[in-house]
Amino acid sequence: MLSISQELADKIVAHARADHPDEACGVIAGRGGVPERFIPMENAERSPTFYRFDSMEQFRVWKEMDERDEEPVVIYHSHTATEAYPSRTDVSYASEPNAHYVLVSTKDDTEVEFRSYRILEGVITEEEVRFIP
Amino acid sequence: MAIEVRIPTILRNYTDGAKAVDAEGATLDELISNLESRHPGIKDRLVDQGSLRRFVNVYLNDEDVRFLGGLGTPLSDGDTVTVLPAVAGG
Repeated sequence: MLSISQELADKIVAHARADHPDEACGVIAGRGGVPERFIPMENAERSPTFYRFDSMEQFRVWKEMDERDEEPVVIYHSHTATEAYPSRTDVSYASEPNAHYVLVSTKDDTEVEFRSYRILEGVITEEEVRFIP
Repeated sequence: MAIEVRIPTILRNYTDGAKAVDAEGATLDELISNLESRHPGIKDRLVDQGSLRRFVNVYLNDEDVRFLGGLGTPLSDGDTVTVLPAVAGG
């Protein structure tokens, strides 16, 4: 299960809306599995169908997390024309075994789908999301 | 000549859980071969058909080796090499 503050969840959705129709992506860093620090990342691909963290930005952010004894608790990205379910490419490049992979879909103008998954060795497991007020 | 190699979570099963290991080599290519002799199986996760895998980022100190010389990048004693899987998807 992913427990996340409503405030952080709202920030993910706002980022996804702002970058629509391109995919938005980012990280929430934290300790002990608790998502705390919102880090929107640049989508180096600037694409409606693909995302990739900029390699130098990723290096700086991962180094900073290491220095602060944090880990990438949440890795999020948006789907802008399809549902919030991991695509085949999402599964093949999933490389943080301890992260919650959050997907939001902005295909609908008013409703937002917000879902979370574990992706381990090619297997997708959806998990419950609890929003903390 | 010792070079520190920082290992991402997903590859620590090759290093008995170690976050960083030492290896040797005058170039990144040599370093990875040396790493393979100490941690069998790891090379295949980094290199494919003679090039760095597309979705693996390797940094020499603070630079992405793609902007240096790829596998031919020369290394010096005391350098730090960091491996990070790219965060990507569709």
